[in-house]
Amino acid sequence: MSAHTSPAIELRGASKAFRTPSGGLHTAVRGLDFTVGRGEFVAVVGPTGCGKSTTLTLVSGLEEPTEGDVLVAGEPVDGVGDKVGFVFQQDATFPWRTVLSNVMAGPRFRGVPKTEAREKAREWLARVGLAAFEDRYPHQLSGGQRKRVALAATFVNDPEILLMDEPFSALDVQTRALMSDELLELWEGTGASVVFVTHDLEESIALADKVVVMTAGPATVKQVFDIDLPRPRKVEAVRLEPRFIEIYREIWESLGEEVRITRERGAAHVA
Amino acid sequence: MSPEVLSTPVVDTAKTVPGRAQSRARAARRRRILVSIARLVLLVAVLGLWEMLSRAEVIDPFNFSMPSKIWDQIYTWVTHGTALGSLGEQIWYTLYEALLGWVIGVVAGILLGIALGRIRLLAEVLGPYIKVLNSIPRIVLAPIFLIWFGLGPSSKVASAVVLVFFPVFFNAFQGAREVDRNLVANARILGASDRRVTLQVVIPSATSWIFTSLHVSFGFALIGAIVGEYIGATKGIGLLVAQSQNTFNAAGVYAAMVILAVVALVAEGLLTFAERRIFRWKPTGSDS
Repeated sequence: MSAHTSPAIELRGASKAFRTPSGGLHTAVRGLDFTVGRGEFVAVVGPTGCGKSTTLTLVSGLEEPTEGDVLVAGEPVDGVGDKVGFVFQQDATFPWRTVLSNVMAGPRFRGVPKTEAREKAREWLARVGLAAFEDRYPHQLSGGQRKRVALAATFVNDPEILLMDEPFSALDVQTRALMSDELLELWEGTGASVVFVTHDLEESIALADKVVVMTAGPATVKQVFDIDLPRPRKVEAVRLEPRFIEIYREIWESLGEEVRITRERGAAHVA
Repeated sequence: MSPEVLSTPVVDTAKTVPGRAQSRARAARRRRILVSIARLVLLVAVLGLWEMLSRAEVIDPFNFSMPSKIWDQIYTWVTHGTALGSLGEQIWYTLYEALLGWVIGVVAGILLGIALGRIRLLAEVLGPYIKVLNSIPRIVLAPIFLIWFGLGPSSKVASAVVLVFFPVFFNAFQGAREVDRNLVANARILGASDRRVTLQVVIPSATSWIFTSLHVSFGFALIGAIVGEYIGATKGIGLLVAQSQNTFNAAGVYAAMVILAVVALVAEGLLTFAERRIFRWKPTGSDS
């Protein structure tokens, strides 16, 4: 397969096990199989703590799979590549850099000259509506604004692959809907392939072309659903459509079972 | 619609605020004045009691001296110079040794701390030796340095260095180890090389750890310089202490202590000033 026809991301039987501090082996994900097409927006949902984030660290090259293959654009992943952008769940802005300097960080790390990096950074800051805040430090911003900085800092690198690990989970409900819309707008301009990990089924349906349901940990792919809602979407509006509710019910049947298993395990653990 | 609706009650409460804000500001000011007066009273009481007891010979004035004599001693030193030369020269000598030792100790401590924090192999190889060296009471090295480096400033600089190095090293090491893993992962994803991660993520994150140790370690540098001078030197405040002691001049010992305290406070003030400039990115109130 040539690089042009191969899917953006392909996982073939990928597993990842970690050494626990007590010396045991903890399998986070096992036998993962799924593909993400070029320009496709894929959401991965699963019960909390099932190993969804591990999937992203495998694709990003931050971690290597213990078994199986992870391919990006037809090539096996070897270390952190320059095609990948990653938006983390926690705040990952550099607190000692100003907003502008944070957004410039990516291009500067990649050797782009300062003036060009600054220009690109300003452009993306304007796009996320933070042009007036470029001299602020992260602690002077709200949670939503910091997330916008993180988005700008990711998009400024023109990633072909965008990995997002519950990026909006720390935000309040209104900000979250707003950020989802902004994300869709930003993404539609780039043609990047997205893997968006979340435990929120509503969010995943509203955003994605395809929803991958994971089993309770160790996670593996349970089922894949195509979301045939038309684009462009507005998350607040789309969730009221009858088709959305239909899809939600269908996926929840699959996901709910896994959530129940996780909960029962947790209860057994407590008892 | 909400801004207009909301603004009315906000204005209402704002009207009542000035009176209360003013009285609160007044209360705060009164409290500050009270604290300052209490401090002054305490100082005068302690010094006065000392002076009185000493003059009444309840405590032996020869051993314990008295504030007025200490003041006279400082005044004499300032106006007529000490037996070793002018007072400024002694202060400068001690300060020079302490500063030089501090700078060398800090630079070495930071470099080695960051290197060991980042390079696991190095930490595993050198770790036990550093622990052993740290467990030696390092002040006993001062006589050895005197033998090695002689009566000049270099023996004092050496004792200051060994005192300063360890706290700075351990803090830099800890700071490099405890860098937020998310920040490192983010930097790597954004395209940073290992060197860039060290320079632009690890070192900035470790600065607050390092600065904590800088405050403590300047005090250590002064101790190193003074003890070194006390044991054997040709100039410096430590020698002044030793000489005063040898001539049974208690006031001289106290006077040297006062001078040292002033020097240490000024240095501490300069350091705090530098820290404020460097940590502009930090939310205020989270540290100190």
